Amino acid sequence: MRITVERALGIAAVGVLVAAPVLFSTYFVSAILTQTLWLGIAAASVVFLSAYGGMVSLAQVAIYGIAGMALGNMVAAGGSKGLNLGWNPYLSVVVAIAIAVVAGAVFGAIASRSTGIYFLMITLVYSVIVYYFFGQVTQFSGFGGVQINRFPSALGSPTDHPFRLFYVALVAAALVYALIRYVVTTPFGTALQGIRDEPVRMASLGFNVPVHRTLAFTFAAFVAALAGILSAWWDGLVAPSSIDLNQTLNVLVVAVIGGLLRIEGAWIGAFAFALIDNYLQGIAVLGDRFRMVVGLVFLVIVLVSPDGIMGAWDRLRGSLRRPGGPENPVAEQLTGPGG
Amino acid sequence: MTPSQAGRFAAGAIGAAALAFLALWVLVFAENAAWKDWYTFITTTLNGVTVAGLYFVVASGFTLIFGLMRVVNMAHGTFFLLGGYIALSLQRSWVGKGDIGLQSSDINRFFVEWVLPLLIGAGVVGLVGLLMQQSLLRWNQGQDLRQALITIAISIIAADLMLWKFGGVAKDIAIPQRLDRFVDLRVQGVQYSVFRLFILAVAVALGLLLYLWLKRTRTGMVIRAGVDDRAMVQALGINIQITFAIAFFVGSFLAGLGGGFGGSFGTLAPGLDGQWLLNSLVVVIIGGMGSLGGAAIGALLYGIVGAYAATYLPAAYNPYSIIFTFVLLAVVLAARPLGLFGRPA
Repeated sequence: MRITVERALGIAAVGVLVAAPVLFSTYFVSAILTQTLWLGIAAASVVFLSAYGGMVSLAQVAIYGIAGMALGNMVAAGGSKGLNLGWNPYLSVVVAIAIAVVAGAVFGAIASRSTGIYFLMITLVYSVIVYYFFGQVTQFSGFGGVQINRFPSALGSPTDHPFRLFYVALVAAALVYALIRYVVTTPFGTALQGIRDEPVRMASLGFNVPVHRTLAFTFAAFVAALAGILSAWWDGLVAPSSIDLNQTLNVLVVAVIGGLLRIEGAWIGAFAFALIDNYLQGIAVLGDRFRMVVGLVFLVIVLVSPDGIMGAWDRLRGSLRRPGGPENPVAEQLTGPGG
Repeated sequence: MTPSQAGRFAAGAIGAAALAFLALWVLVFAENAAWKDWYTFITTTLNGVTVAGLYFVVASGFTLIFGLMRVVNMAHGTFFLLGGYIALSLQRSWVGKGDIGLQSSDINRFFVEWVLPLLIGAGVVGLVGLLMQQSLLRWNQGQDLRQALITIAISIIAADLMLWKFGGVAKDIAIPQRLDRFVDLRVQGVQYSVFRLFILAVAVALGLLLYLWLKRTRTGMVIRAGVDDRAMVQALGINIQITFAIAFFVGSFLAGLGGGFGGSFGTLAPGLDGQWLLNSLVVVIIGGMGSLGGAAIGALLYGIVGAYAATYLPAAYNPYSIIFTFVLLAVVLAARPLGLFGRPA
């Protein structure tokens, strides 16, 4: 394997993360780095769809909300709102992910014949509908949200063992990254990239375009569901307000800041967002206007480098690598033809 | 029949069956079904149709901008809220009772204290939209996604500014005294709000005006030609940039006007920008992006389904009514991925 600057940086970043509990304060690890990891997983599901499927989805927050909400209802055994089913915490995780994946398959099937900006709009509608659904159906969401008060024994409560959740999130993020890198090299992954660039040609070659798009969306739903489980543990609460339009836009902002065309960007964007999220509120003048600063940062990124930090990095190094070639419609709609 | 056609046929059949079932449910089977209770049926239908009028006013602006420029204005809901807030502030300052909630009995001057604030609010929003288009969207035409992201950024910033300026408490625009009464429809003893009927009439009139503008005037012809083939229109020596600017002004104006109506109908509060972006999106996704007739049909379907779901679901299932919006969308998209009247770009 060739040692490139990027690989060296990546290995160094992983090394720092593994040693993070020794290097940084507990607050930094549990508040910022853990948030970076799960938010990055959510954004990675967006980036996977846009970089390899040519679809920009705003529904990932809805899907991780479904996973988190399902987990909360299944795992709580009294003392919380929601259904309080009191199931085994391990089993609950599996079932919650399964529910979110099924929801993702249905969402994906309905949107699978729409592309480009239509896809963005339809998935935005999904997200808002899921938010209103949980806002209105209080059996599931109990007005203020469902508390996660039981955890798998190996994890323990994140307030008592913050580093355990951090390492679980780190392993999950590494697995998600490796899984995505693997999936795009499989026959399914290459067909997906073919469909992204030339849907008509792929259809005439006998590939079922809507089915491939639906499967890609379902896979992304699985990734988003992992983020939902981690965020539920991290937050200790799943509430409708944590999957509202603002959060939907936050995940989009994270994916765009990092770069919609490179998977690595997801975690870089998440780290930038977590830093802004945690430290901006401390600056007295800007504290109340947090959303405005997020919007301004987002605006500057979209105006200056619409393919995000990773895009700027690639341009800096003079190698505009778009995954699978320059025909990705997402790239074209972001930076213009050939731009 | 190819598998894809078969799938669409099946989706259409399921959609028709679902619609038939819903109609039967409302007319015959529900606890308060129409044959037992015509009064509720008529009132609910009118509620659905009048709210559809409001949906149409807002969504027609969205669809106009998209149809011509392929710009998905994600700040459309923000423009709605901004128009409402400006109208509200003007009304309160002109009535002169201070910044307090007003009653309809305070609004005696129909034009000065209601129509004018709404029009100015809409006009300001139109200018804001025009400014946004000229400064941020004009130089990157064709980059759909980038433009959508830019408008999202604007909506995030503007939502925070409006929260700062107008606060987080829900406020409403007082409706004029002369519209705040009920009229006897002489059917089943139904008394109905004159204000809601007035909004419906305005929506229909606006729809007709837009139709005539697009079909009968030179600007309208250029817009329709631009929707079909932008490059050809430019090649004919027409300055399409001016047409774009006009369309963006009118589209934003309609959002702002909708905000004035919406603030009089209901309330203005942070978060409603997202709700009205959703409303506009649902209407145009159902009806087909860029089609005025589609926006009208989409608004009607969405308004009526919402009204019936709220009234005819058994009380225990009422919170689930939002699912019907999803089902409506799913059925339409399954049969027609571009919406009922949508055409490929």
